[in-house]
Order: sequence, then C-alpha cells, then structure tokens
Amino acid sequence: MNILFDERLDGELVHRDKTEVLADLQQAVPTMTLLHREEDLRPFECDGLAAYRVLPMLVALPDSLEQVETLLKRCHVLGVPVVTRGAGTGLSGGALPLEQGVLLVMSRFNKILSVDPDARLARVQPGVRNLAISEAATPYGLYYAPDPSSQIACSIGGNVAENAGGVHCLKYGLTVHNVLRVDVLTIEGERMTLGAESLDAPGFDLLALMNGSEGMLGVVTEITVKLLPKPETAKVLMASFDDVEKAGRAVGDIIAAGIIPGGLEMMDKLAIKAAEDFVKAGYPLDAEAILLCELDGVEADVDDDCETVRRVLEKAGATQIQQARDEAERARFWAGRKNAFPAVGRMSPDYYCMDGTIPRRELPRVLKGIAALSEQSGLAVANVFHAGDGNMHPLILFDANKEGELALAEEVGGKILELCVAAGGSITGEHGVGREKINQMCSQFQADEISVFHALKAAFDPKRLLNPGKNIPTLARCAEFGAMHVHNNELPHPELPRF
Amino acid sequence: MTDLAIRAADRDISERLCDQVRTAYETRTPLRIVGGNTRMFYGRPVEGQPLSLAEHSGIISYDPVELVVTVRAGTRLSALQKALAEHHQMLPFEPPCFGEESTIGGAVATGLSGPRRPWAGAARDFVLGTRVITQEGKLLRFGGEVMKNVAGYDLSRLMTGAQGTLGVLADISFKVLPIPTTSHCLRLPMGLNDALGKLAQLGRQPLPITAAAWHSGELFIRLEGGESSVKATRERLGGEPLEASFWTSLRDHTHDFFKGNEGQALWRLSLPPNTAPLALDIPQTDIFYDWGGSQRWVKTALDAQTLRAACQAAGGHATCYTPNAQGSADEPFTPLNAVLEKYHRNLKTQLDAHGIFNPGRLYAAF
Repeated sequence: MNILFDERLDGELVHRDKTEVLADLQQAVPTMTLLHREEDLRPFECDGLAAYRVLPMLVALPDSLEQVETLLKRCHVLGVPVVTRGAGTGLSGGALPLEQGVLLVMSRFNKILSVDPDARLARVQPGVRNLAISEAATPYGLYYAPDPSSQIACSIGGNVAENAGGVHCLKYGLTVHNVLRVDVLTIEGERMTLGAESLDAPGFDLLALMNGSEGMLGVVTEITVKLLPKPETAKVLMASFDDVEKAGRAVGDIIAAGIIPGGLEMMDKLAIKAAEDFVKAGYPLDAEAILLCELDGVEADVDDDCETVRRVLEKAGATQIQQARDEAERARFWAGRKNAFPAVGRMSPDYYCMDGTIPRRELPRVLKGIAALSEQSGLAVANVFHAGDGNMHPLILFDANKEGELALAEEVGGKILELCVAAGGSITGEHGVGREKINQMCSQFQADEISVFHALKAAFDPKRLLNPGKNIPTLARCAEFGAMHVHNNELPHPELPRF
Repeated sequence: MTDLAIRAADRDISERLCDQVRTAYETRTPLRIVGGNTRMFYGRPVEGQPLSLAEHSGIISYDPVELVVTVRAGTRLSALQKALAEHHQMLPFEPPCFGEESTIGGAVATGLSGPRRPWAGAARDFVLGTRVITQEGKLLRFGGEVMKNVAGYDLSRLMTGAQGTLGVLADISFKVLPIPTTSHCLRLPMGLNDALGKLAQLGRQPLPITAAAWHSGELFIRLEGGESSVKATRERLGGEPLEASFWTSLRDHTHDFFKGNEGQALWRLSLPPNTAPLALDIPQTDIFYDWGGSQRWVKTALDAQTLRAACQAAGGHATCYTPNAQGSADEPFTPLNAVLEKYHRNLKTQLDAHGIFNPGRLYAAF
C-alpha cells in the first residue's frame, strides 16, 4: 500500500494557489530565503528515506526566530501545512514534503550558543550537528551522549523530533533522557519553553512529549542538552559464535551478571561478511554471529568487568573472544559495525533498513521468522542489532530496478515489523514512524489508542497543519490497511508461531 | 517469579476501575484518585469521589534479564523494591516513600525522584510504558516493555508527574538496573561555597558519585559502582564514613531537618546545576542542599512570590510542600505563563473533557 500522502485516507488539505502563497509569504517575511522554482526545490524532495520523493510547494530557509514566527503565523492563517526539516538524514520519511505544503528548513540555525562546563549544559540551535556538540564540549572533558550513526551529519533538532538513539542507549539513554529544555514555536507562532535548566519544571512534562513527536506539535527553535564527563576508558571485546541463538543468549547472560555495557552490538553472518569486505575490521568470516561488547568507565572497574564478561562469553559458548589491544584496534572493531549499512549497500543495489524492537528473549524466534520471510521472498536479509536494548536493524537487500522488488522489500519489511509487535515489541526503536511506518502503527495500536494520539495532537494543532500525515495514521488509513490484510488473509508462513 | 510475598496481594481490579471511571464520566462526577494516601500533602486538595487503586496490586511480569518490570499501580513501593532486590536490581530513580502504604502508582503520578536523580535520571526516564484508564473508562496501552520505542506520542512520560489529572495509571512498566556492587558514603566538613565549587569540579570528572548533599557545614557524598573505582575515589576524597540510611532519611523527609517547622513552610527549590546560593533572607541552617545543589529544601516564612521570583531569576522554580502551613502558597506549584497554561488547558480538555480526574490538584483552573 502506497505511503505517499493520500487525502482520501490521510485527511483533506487546503489547496491554495502556489503564486498566491508565495506572494503572501514574500510580503510577510521579505528578508527570508524562500525557494519556489522547481530546480531549487528538487534537492529537498526527500530525506534519508530516498525511495519516496515529493516536491514541496515552497522551501523556507529562515535565519531568525522572527522569520519562523511570522512564517508560522501566516501559514496558520492560510491553512497551509508546514513540514519542518533539519539535516534531512531521517530514515523514516519524517521530513517528506507535501505538494501543498511549505518545507521549513532549520539548517541555518547552526550556532552553539553556550557551553557551561560547570553546569554541564550546552545551549544550541536546532540545526547544529549532533557530533559538533561533543566536539565543542571536548576541551572540558565532556560530551553529548546520544550518538546516532548519522551523527556527523544529523542535526540535534531532528534528533529531538525523532527521539534519536545510537549504540550507547542502554547505558546512556535516548535523546529524551539527555535534553533538559527546548524552546518551541507553536503553529500559531507563540513562543513556549518546555523543561528548564533545572532538573524539572512545573506542570505537565511537555518536554518528554515533544521528544519524538516528529514535528507535529511545534517547531523546536533552541535546545539545552546535558553533557557528561567522558568515561576515563573504553574497552571492547569481540566474541564469535557458531550459532545466532547462542549469541543472543550470551547478551542476556552479560546483563544477568549485573553488567550494563556502554555498547552491546550483534551482527549476523551476512552483515559480518559485508562489513569485513568493506572496512577489513578483522571480523571472523566463519562465525554465524559476533557480539561487540564495549565497557566504559573508570579504568580499574572496566578491567574487572572485562574479566567478568570474558567468563560469561566463554560459558555461553563463544568460539573465539578477542579484546581490542589498543585504541586503533578498538576503532577498527567499531568501524565494521558503524559502516554496516554502507557495507551492505555495496553488496546490493538497494537495501531497506528496518528498526523494530523486541524483548531480547524473543530474539531467536524473531530471527527465525525473518529467515523464513527472507527465504519465501527470495530477498536476502542482513541483521545488525543493538542487542543490549533489543533494537533490530534487519537490512533487506533488493534491486529497485527490478520490477516489483521495492514493493516486495517493503512488504517483507512490514511483516518483520509485525513480527516485532507480535513478540511484544515496537515497530520503531529510534528511527521514528514518519511516513514509512504509518501503516504499521495500525498493527501496534488499537483504534482507541490512536484516537488518544489524535486528541493530543488537537491540543496543540487542531487544524492539523504541522507535518500532517506523519507519525499517527488516521483511522480511515488503518481501516484500509486492515481491509487489505483481510483481503490477503492467507497468513504467510503458517508454520510460524503467532503470539 | 519465585514465592514473592507480593503474590499474596496479586489482584487485577482494572475492570471495576474502568466501570467506576465510566460512571463518573457519564454523571460528570469528579474523582479523587487514591493509592496509599501518603502523598495527599503534595499538591492542592481535591474534592471528589475516591477512586481507590490500592487493591489493584501485584507484579504482572518481571524478567530480570530484560531489565523490565511491569506492575499494577496499587502495588506497595516497599514490596516492589523488595522483589527487585531479590534479583539485585532497583528502581534507579530512588522514589521517595512517605509511609508503608506508599504505592508505585503514587510515586509515578507525583513523579518525584530521590538523591540519585542528577546522576541516574528522574522517574519519567525509567517509565517505559503504561496502561491508562481514559475518561471514557477504557484501558489503553501506551509505550511498552522494551527499552526503545518511539512509536506514537510518549503518553507514558506525559502521565508521569501529571498527578492523575490526565487519566488513571493502572499498570506501569519500568526499566530497572542492577544495584551497584560497591557503595561507600562519606561526610566532609566544608563551607557552602567551597562545597558547591567542589561539586562543580567533581561533576566534570567521571567519578562514581550517585548522591551529593550539603547542610550545616558538611558535604555528604555517596559513591557507588565497581569495587576498584569506589575504593580509589574514597581514598581521594577522604572524610569520615557516613551511614547509608542518611540518604533514605533525606529522600523520605525523616531527617531531623524536616521535623518541627513551626510557623514555617517547607519549600522545594529546583535550580540549574551550579547555581550560587540565592540572595534570600533565610538562615543557612534552614536550607538543605540535595542533588549536588540543584534541589534545595528550605524552611521559611517568606512569601511565595519572593521565593518564586528569586528561583525564576536563577532559571528554576519553587514548590510548596506544606500548602496548609502558615506562610505557604495557595498554589503549591509555580504558576504557568499564559502560553503554557493555554496548552495545559487544551490537553486537559482533550483528555478529560468533564474534569473528572483529580480536578484542581495541580492548578486551580484545571
């Protein structure tokens, strides 16, 4: 089922003449860059979910708060939808434009306003790159913990919108755990501060609500993040397994031993091969799975924990355990994991990255389910997994130039997410719903729950002008999606357990 | 799960609760949501028919290896903590407990966190999911039982600290963590300004500090973590040993500081890290600095406006813990500005159209 905005299912939009809107906005905010010619709009037609492209009506590139404020006020009056975009690296189409809408690009808000080492806070504008915050904090021995793999390029505003994660979430949390305050503009152009530099603020926790709300409740204009002291040391162990299930069980055994690793990652055979071919990380090609376990903290504790983890891994049946001998080897071990996506990209013309989460104990069952889906569809699937927090990234390999393969890959992806939901998990751990998983939301939530989400949206944006069609499906869409399922009610893989 | 004492109290009354809410919705009868009735002092008094969650208790699921526990709201805090401790785990936000009847639902509804808060996170940081009874009396599930879940809006965290004004928390899933293997508490004689300076300096280093307080010329620190790092930090900081129960007494307000405040109100000042002492006419002995200085307990007869103006100027806010005492505020929580109040009202109207959930508990207007 096509995920592009469909007014029949996703709700009617106001249709306004482009020249009329352009003239109105040019007059209201004469100093703001406003792109309108097709060739200028083209670079903004998609975000990191490049399979879907829509040319926006207009692209606004404001560089002052006043410009954003006036723009929002005018759009509110005109009934023109506003899709906010940061660096455009999102993988779920959260910044996919609308033909009838303005794309509000926040990339010019790229200043680090202050770093306070004694309070361990940084105040930044939303267009600042994630990694730039840690770079600015480095002279003080501090850093910003969440590290999505796109951290070189992704912006902190986008991180807040998607509640971005990374490989260190189990120990250090997601974006929501590391942001103290955001300043937002409402669709009516009102300025509002959520959270505070103090550790709490009066009233409802609207700060928590804003994190991960995908630009549907307000436009984030400034962010205060928490900085942490850099761990004194980080050491990484790599363990090989001849069986994926054994590797999965070893993850639980490490946690059961009372250890919370800084990072705990798993890759399957296909992902190992892809990474090894690409970056020569020194991964064992004969292994069915590897675990990368990073322990960070104070030197003496880390050494103790390395010993404990080594014993646990041996007992769990690891065929080989290697501890990175130095910083260069540690970087190499991680390079394989951090480049797993582009590495898989070299093996196949296209790949489709999923983001489901599951309770860790369900890993063997879900992996079996994925293998069955892969076999049935004929599409290879490589598995990369934030094992510590149950966040899977199956990568479905396909060739978009082959008739029907994109649709097939999406179908397999959708079914993988449904497996995750059935296992008690979620359709998205860190990439967000965006437009990509809009249909799968109907599997994870019942109609009544979706209605509560709509009620919440109505409290902030009753005219549904902020990023319409993302994150929360309409009940009409769910009915259609459900109907499609009923139509195809012969369950694939009747041999699989359904739970 | 093994033979936990908690099993004896294992009872699911969610259907009955849903019926009661449905009736209240239909008859527009305000409800006063009650767990163990130990946190009624916190917030404004609520007039309404009691909706008791105390019997809705028991652990629904607990898998120590997953680091996740799901529990009914009426479960006693002490029972839950005992069950977790059997597996050497804990609720990392160290919820204050104001009596044996204190429930986990009340702890989440009030959203309060103990001394570990600046280092580990707040109550809302460990709430993974909830089952909530909505205004129409439907039991709905938000969030989940997995560490990472960004599908839909984060209703569960919104409910945390909302004091039951947006819905009834029925079941709650938490992320839990191992209890640190080694712990050492110490006290150091030190003046206030030196102590605040030292905490700022220590805060920039990766040390195993999980609590820090100052009162009456002494700095109190708790170290927790691996054996080696705790030992090394202990040797470096020196000082005299301190009973671990000091932190419980600070957390639960059983410390002598919180006793006998005739003519004074107890206030909680929440301030940005590394905020200098406020220029207020309060003797040092009537201030207890917790959270490394970010949370300050103050006994004073000063009026609310004076206190709030000083906190606001420093980037924080003030909450009155004794709304009935002399010199305290009609509004225990810092009033919201017009824009924030508008969106609070909108939310309340959307999720509680007839004002049946704890009306007026947070603010008079909703």
